Amino acid sequence: MTAELTIALTKGRILKETLPLLARAGIEPLDDPDTSRKLIFETTRPGTRLVLLRGTDVPTYVRHGAADAGVVGKDILLEHGAEGLYEPLDLQIARCRLMTAGPVGWQPGAPRVRVATKFTNVARRFFAERGVHADIIKLYGAMELAPMMNLADLIVDIVDTGNTLRANGMEPLEEIADVSSRLVVNKAAMRSRHSAIVNLVDELTRAVSEGIAA
Amino acid sequence: MTSVDRWLLPDGIEEVLPAQAAAVEVLRRRLLDLYRGWGYQLIIPPLVEFTESLIIGLGPDIDLQTFKLTDQISGRTLGIRADITPQVARIDAHSLPVEGVSRFCYAGSTLHTRPKTQLASRSPIQVGVELFGDASLDADLEVIQLMLQTLECAGLSGFTLDLGHVGIVEAVFNAAGLSEEREAAIFDALQRKSIPDLTAASADLPDVEANAIQALARLHGDESVLAQARVDLGALAPAALPALDTLEQVARDVRALRPELTIYFDLAELRGYHYHTGVVFAAYVPGHGQALANGGRYDDVGEVFGRARPATGFATDLKSLMGLLHSSPETTGAVAMPADRDPALAQAVQALRDAGEIVIADLGQSPDPRCTRRLLLEAGEWVVKPLSDS
Repeated sequence: MTAELTIALTKGRILKETLPLLARAGIEPLDDPDTSRKLIFETTRPGTRLVLLRGTDVPTYVRHGAADAGVVGKDILLEHGAEGLYEPLDLQIARCRLMTAGPVGWQPGAPRVRVATKFTNVARRFFAERGVHADIIKLYGAMELAPMMNLADLIVDIVDTGNTLRANGMEPLEEIADVSSRLVVNKAAMRSRHSAIVNLVDELTRAVSEGIAA
Repeated sequence: MTSVDRWLLPDGIEEVLPAQAAAVEVLRRRLLDLYRGWGYQLIIPPLVEFTESLIIGLGPDIDLQTFKLTDQISGRTLGIRADITPQVARIDAHSLPVEGVSRFCYAGSTLHTRPKTQLASRSPIQVGVELFGDASLDADLEVIQLMLQTLECAGLSGFTLDLGHVGIVEAVFNAAGLSEEREAAIFDALQRKSIPDLTAASADLPDVEANAIQALARLHGDESVLAQARVDLGALAPAALPALDTLEQVARDVRALRPELTIYFDLAELRGYHYHTGVVFAAYVPGHGQALANGGRYDDVGEVFGRARPATGFATDLKSLMGLLHSSPETTGAVAMPADRDPALAQAVQALRDAGEIVIADLGQSPDPRCTRRLLLEAGEWVVKPLSDS
């Protein structure tokens, strides 16, 4: 119980970019997450385990102490709130932008806009701050389709290169937030495993700055 | 609502069933006895009050947490209490205006409009103590000791005592002369110990201010953070130094009483920042993300009720302790009482019940499964025999 540390990682692109950072901190999974069907991985550091989750589940696991620490995109933290968590470190990986986007040539001016997004809380806050009443339509994928099919005026989504937008006659408009992955830490773990957590934060901080220098 | 879901309870609302209810009630009694032994007087504040009395002085969070309804008699808004502390502050300020020190304890259900975390109850049973009329560290120390004994009463061990002081962040904020908007952003980032967000929020401040603000997020851990804080904050915010002295003194006093206890300092802990005024404290157990008990100094909250007084106290939730309790089933088992109208039997049963035994009438059916013994008539006398003897 004392030395064990469980770290929740976000599957997919974030995982691919997290593993090299963890490796520099001396934590490598004993099985290859690409080929193994396991969800829990023992690592080269005895007592340290990795669990692989969907991004939206990482804050939940860490908040409730099912994992001591986690790696998750800032977009998820903005959408679902980071209450009850510490987020001490920006890992500066899986960078992208959370943006509004609309059909090319779209003009603002209407008192209400229909916005399709899976980031409903972020979108509602963003438009409210600009004095615009947004009717939010929650969708789970292919946001670009919504304005084309006249389901929405605008979308709020993660934009990487913007190619998908352009291929569908849309353009990015305003940036809501610069997104990268964060290290999050359970509040009780910060207390009961203070030195293990502080070491992890320090090692990852070093790994991040080495990564930038390299 | 169909017959299929008529049994459903609202999210975050739970009933406590026999095994746990017994454990919770035993703990509630033990705690109230503990507080009584320290001179804390039990009070029973009402379930509803005018909303203004419930939420005044404690900031916007409690307003959102309070269920409200309209009073048919006065036409005013009533709130169902979300926290008992403001009620006790009202009672001290107005209902029992004694000079000198007042000590109160309470135990009662509260209701929250939203669960504090996904799995948290919306109807916690809040138990706590409040001490009014003394501004000294001795008062804080007394309340901290009671908080620790409360957790021990619940059979918990391995917890960490969290110590902080709102005067430290306040001194830094004041010295930096932050705008309201920036203070809100920094406050938010500090609660998450988000060094990247803190760096962004303090980016265009002069170096001394920015460094002190960013240092706050790192000032947590063992006692060495106090010395570190003097280095990091002393130049910008000398007003933080007395608060650091205070924390050092409290830690020394607690340690003298409990050398084995783990003390964790968090100089940027901002829970209740808007109404706390001095030392704040909490207790955490491993694997439980939220503090199990917390409290601190909140001087002058009673001013809105007409009397400003030094105040300190703590509270915990019996239901969240319940999840960590080891419920101990009745060891000896109950006694079965046969269906017999013999007055001698009634007398024998009364004697057993007076002695603390559970005696269950079997109503002509087979004995209750909790019974391990039964009353039998032998040679004209009712005697207790093991159930297995026939």
